[in-house]
Amino acid sequence: MNAITDLRGRVRDGAREAARPPGLLAASGLALRLAWRQLWSEKARLASAIAGVMFACVLVFMQLGFRAAPFESATTLIGAMRADLFLMNPMTLASFRPEPMARVRVSQALGVEAVQAAVPVYLAQSSFRNPETGRRRTIQLVGFDVEAGVLDLPGLAPLRDALKQPDSFAFDSRSRPEFGPVTQMFQERGAYPVQIGNREMRVVGTIEMGTSFGADGNAVLPEVNFQRVVREQPAVMVDLAAIRLKPGADLLQAQAALRAVLPPDVAVLTQAQLRAHERRYWEEGTPIGFIFTFGSLMGLIVGMVIVYQILFSDIAGHLKEYATLKAMGYSNGHLSRVVLGAAVVLAFLGFVPGVVASAVLYGVVADATFLPLHMTGGRALAVFGMIFAMCAAAGLLAMRKLRDANPADMF
Amino acid sequence: MMNPVEISDLTYAYGEGVLRREVLRDVDLRVAPGEIVLLTGPSGSGKTTLLTLAGALRAVQQGSCRVLGRELAGAREADRVALRRNIGFIFQNHNLLGFLSARQNVAMALELDGGTTDRGRLERAGEMLASVGLAEHAEKRPGQLSGGQRQRVAVARALVGSPGLVLADEPTAALDKASGQEVVHLLRDLARSRGAAILLVTHDPRILDVADRIVAMEDGRVVADGAARAVVG
Repeated sequence: MNAITDLRGRVRDGAREAARPPGLLAASGLALRLAWRQLWSEKARLASAIAGVMFACVLVFMQLGFRAAPFESATTLIGAMRADLFLMNPMTLASFRPEPMARVRVSQALGVEAVQAAVPVYLAQSSFRNPETGRRRTIQLVGFDVEAGVLDLPGLAPLRDALKQPDSFAFDSRSRPEFGPVTQMFQERGAYPVQIGNREMRVVGTIEMGTSFGADGNAVLPEVNFQRVVREQPAVMVDLAAIRLKPGADLLQAQAALRAVLPPDVAVLTQAQLRAHERRYWEEGTPIGFIFTFGSLMGLIVGMVIVYQILFSDIAGHLKEYATLKAMGYSNGHLSRVVLGAAVVLAFLGFVPGVVASAVLYGVVADATFLPLHMTGGRALAVFGMIFAMCAAAGLLAMRKLRDANPADMF
Repeated sequence: MMNPVEISDLTYAYGEGVLRREVLRDVDLRVAPGEIVLLTGPSGSGKTTLLTLAGALRAVQQGSCRVLGRELAGAREADRVALRRNIGFIFQNHNLLGFLSARQNVAMALELDGGTTDRGRLERAGEMLASVGLAEHAEKRPGQLSGGQRQRVAVARALVGSPGLVLADEPTAALDKASGQEVVHLLRDLARSRGAAILLVTHDPRILDVADRIVAMEDGRVVADGAARAVVG
């Protein structure tokens, strides 16, 4: 009773001061709660909205995955070569199509104090006859002095002795399956002959490198054997040189020293620089990047339209209720926060199943295509940002409909 | 003590130029504290426009319109929105949010007051619903209530914030005689006990008895203003 008298007293003043409105944070919380209650009340609509956001999310993840995969895989060959510095003909665009340089540059490099060892690397593509079906397929040959221990490929060290035999080579066990069950046959019966180019060679072991856009499979062989297969390439012309520095030597100082010693017909690159160079070719020289960026954009637009439709029809279907809230003193800004809140809720609810579905799909697609598709934290974050922006944009567009809720028209 | 509504020389027109059509002409109207004023007249007489101006839902064009002590002529949109929090609105249709319970709907009227807690709001909403006789229906959705019950929820929502003024537009239009009577009597009793003035637009002759004063309008002018008996008679 006391409370009522007190209230009456306040009202009697007539000009009671408007109650202090809640702070921005509290108001946003209330708006978000209202948005959630509205979404939750129509579960079928909520489910379709979530499905829409999830669809956009998966689409963007797949497009970004496909976009990054070739760039990532393009550098597999280079990435597998563990050396400190590389020499390369500056005209070389990509490793699968190298421009040769003079072998004497490799010897010149040895003149630099910090250099411990330098080996020439020969790169060529040849055909490999599937030992089971007899079909030929293009394979990447990597020839170098395996004993020098400069290029440190996984699985290579135990094969050094075996690779001393004439016509021997090591097969990349992560090559595409079209080359035949090479690894399996090796495990079953040991070394056996296969045809590379026009020469009969022997598989003496397997190493691990991985496929790339330029090569479906790889074979590593000592330079002598390389020259037996690739007869047209003179031994004095090499495609790449791998340099190992003395322990404790500074990478950048050594690079500068080499640069100073060597003539301008060779480029001196760190491994990171070589990878970047290789990547740039695929990014700039091919339309891959553009195609998949475009695909991601389409996914976002489709998702935005779906979310916009849901939010818009929510507002259009409740114009009277929104107008009533405005009459009660709710500002346009507060109601806009309700709409935006709904958009944000949809972004979260759609992203979570979307990222899970994408991770699963990455696995499925990676198994089928041998492309390196991985769910990375950075990419997940980027896609969440995009989905969030997409939903927010849809919310901002839908918000315009709130203006139609005019409380003066309610009477 | 000041009057909750003080309107003088209020003129309002829709449209521009040759399409300009005056719907209010030099209207004067006062509503005293706690007074219940019925606004009647044929459709097109301007009574609804007058109600929206008093409710700060439209910008004043000409004349003066003081509501709860605030001059609305030349007031900014944000000021009008803020003033509306001290006015209770009741519409022809209940316009309750279908996805909220009756109690949550009533509590919505309190959410704009930053000094309240969620629990406190729901408690006050529950008390208000009890005083309109809906204590046992507080958790129901509007869809589960009858027309009369929904309008009573709307009454509770309009009054829960202890407004200085209640504006109602044909609150009985969608109701049968019995529930219409019930709703307006509830409205009158609750407003009286809280000291709130009521300005009520209606065509409904069945509810004229609740009024202290009846104001009749025609063609945008007040044509009769007096004690309920006199005007009806």
